[in-house]
Amino acid sequence: MAGNIGQVQVETTTGSLARQKMMDKWAGWLFVLPALLFFSVFVVYPIGYGLFLSLFKINSFNIDERQWVGLENFTKVLADPNFHKALLNTAVFSFFVVTIQTVLALLLAVAVNQKIKGSTFFRTAFFFPSISSSVVISIIFLWVFNQNGLLNYALSTIGVKGPTWVDDPRTALPAIMGLNIWTTAGTMMVLYLAALQDIPAHLYEAAAVDGANPFQRFFRITLPLLTPTTFFVVTLGLIGTFQVFDQAFVISNGSGGPEKSTLTAVFYIYQQAFKETGRMGVAAAGAVVLLVIILTVTLIQRFIFRSEQEY
Amino acid sequence: MAVSTEVSLKTKQPGVIGETPAWRRVLVRVLIYALLIGFALFEFLPFLWSITTSFKSEQEINAGFVNGFHWIPQNFTLNNYLDIFNKVEFGRWFFNSLIVGVITTLFTLAFSSTSGYAFARIPFPGRDFIFWCIVATQMVPAIIYLVPIYILLKNLNLLDTLPGLIIPFMVTNFGIFLMRQFFTSVPVELEEAARVDGAGRFRTFAQVVLPLAKPALAALTIFTFMGRWNDFLLPLIIINSPDKYTLPLGMSTFRGLYKTDWGLLMSGSLLVMVPIVIMFVFFQRFFIEGVSYTGLKG
Repeated sequence: MAGNIGQVQVETTTGSLARQKMMDKWAGWLFVLPALLFFSVFVVYPIGYGLFLSLFKINSFNIDERQWVGLENFTKVLADPNFHKALLNTAVFSFFVVTIQTVLALLLAVAVNQKIKGSTFFRTAFFFPSISSSVVISIIFLWVFNQNGLLNYALSTIGVKGPTWVDDPRTALPAIMGLNIWTTAGTMMVLYLAALQDIPAHLYEAAAVDGANPFQRFFRITLPLLTPTTFFVVTLGLIGTFQVFDQAFVISNGSGGPEKSTLTAVFYIYQQAFKETGRMGVAAAGAVVLLVIILTVTLIQRFIFRSEQEY
Repeated sequence: MAVSTEVSLKTKQPGVIGETPAWRRVLVRVLIYALLIGFALFEFLPFLWSITTSFKSEQEINAGFVNGFHWIPQNFTLNNYLDIFNKVEFGRWFFNSLIVGVITTLFTLAFSSTSGYAFARIPFPGRDFIFWCIVATQMVPAIIYLVPIYILLKNLNLLDTLPGLIIPFMVTNFGIFLMRQFFTSVPVELEEAARVDGAGRFRTFAQVVLPLAKPALAALTIFTFMGRWNDFLLPLIIINSPDKYTLPLGMSTFRGLYKTDWGLLMSGSLLVMVPIVIMFVFFQRFFIEGVSYTGLKG
């Protein structure tokens, strides 16, 4: 009898555990179901739909009317000189912005990380521009780059007659690079600063004792230990700059000009989809090409960073 | 390593080790401050320039440098701040942006916290696979969505409506990911105590877990609201009617219309920034801590 009572007790506890597990299964689904519903419709489905649409010619006036064209959109987009121009602009933009902002962010982070007065102030000040809207920043910079603007006034004080910046095909893209670096260098600095503060101080003390000078300490200790952060900063930079659009749109007043000098890849895709007739499928194909480029570049740089880390 | 350090400590005279001459330390210090102050000026001058411009009269702005360069307005005026509400529907755009930002954020908080909690804590069949899929979608650049989202919203009759700006962003991979990571880091013992007392999943979540999640919810609020407030591409492709413009869209069309009215453009631009700046002043910590979670705008 005594044994029986024990058995019953065991059964009830396992029974309630099993019931709780059963309940959990349903609770789990209930917790995720509403979110998953929207996620499937507005995130997962559009990805597949986007790939699917790149194989069709879509009627601009009746979007539901489409015709299977296979890979024709891809051959069209890859043969379009405007797409080549847009990709070249994007690559140039990306290269200069990512390189300059990464180096600048590292330099600033190392400077803020010294025992100096006002380091919190500097961190906040550098971060601040990244919270404002890209459209607003572009408008403010249009005024800075204006003939009567701040930049050309500053140049005139040292006797240089500034160019017309955004109206000159040679300087329009560099002007947008400048405002992009101005916006994001501070954010990247915050990432570097967090990583710098995690480096144990005893490593530097040991190096100083061994007689390493500040440059050796930077290149032998700081830089190698920051490799994961550099990878992250470069990846974020590449993904962001490869999709630059808002600034180019506002600065060129929606034209991508002068002389297509500010036509970026996303800008091109936008124009194909919404400014040309019957080229929505071409736009979808352009987006797939850009996706492949971004994934490839990210993988290549992951490979480079990994081999460096092994060293 | 440790041995060699000790040896070198003994062989070299203490105090001389790693010591640089005083003049060089001063020089380094000066260079550091020059770099920091120089960059801070570089960051602030465009803002300062737009602020002073917004208080200048049209004549003074158009005169350029003919009468010399002045930071301080010669004829201080508030007209630019009054005119922006009269010449364009700035108040309306502000209201639209607020509606879109607030409603999207509320839904994102609800959906991300419930599903993030389940992905972190409640084992159910298929959970890890679904979460893996959500993480994988983060690899997809936003441009892929341009055409499909437009067609989807058209088929749902949401083109040129504010719900069309809200619904696609109510659930984001970033939000689910952020909340899931946060809930994973909460000690499980806290919940178990409540569960032993007989509280079900929903009560445990609402009364024990959610109050602990305030920092994560604050970061998610900031990034969601800021993302919607500053978004340009989606409003640009789906909104046509000026009375449904959000602020960035309105300001971009306004730049095309009043290309030379820099006073108005500056006052409008600065007003767009006000709500975000207020959030930044009060919740600065969450902005800067949250950076590592988020991607960057293009």
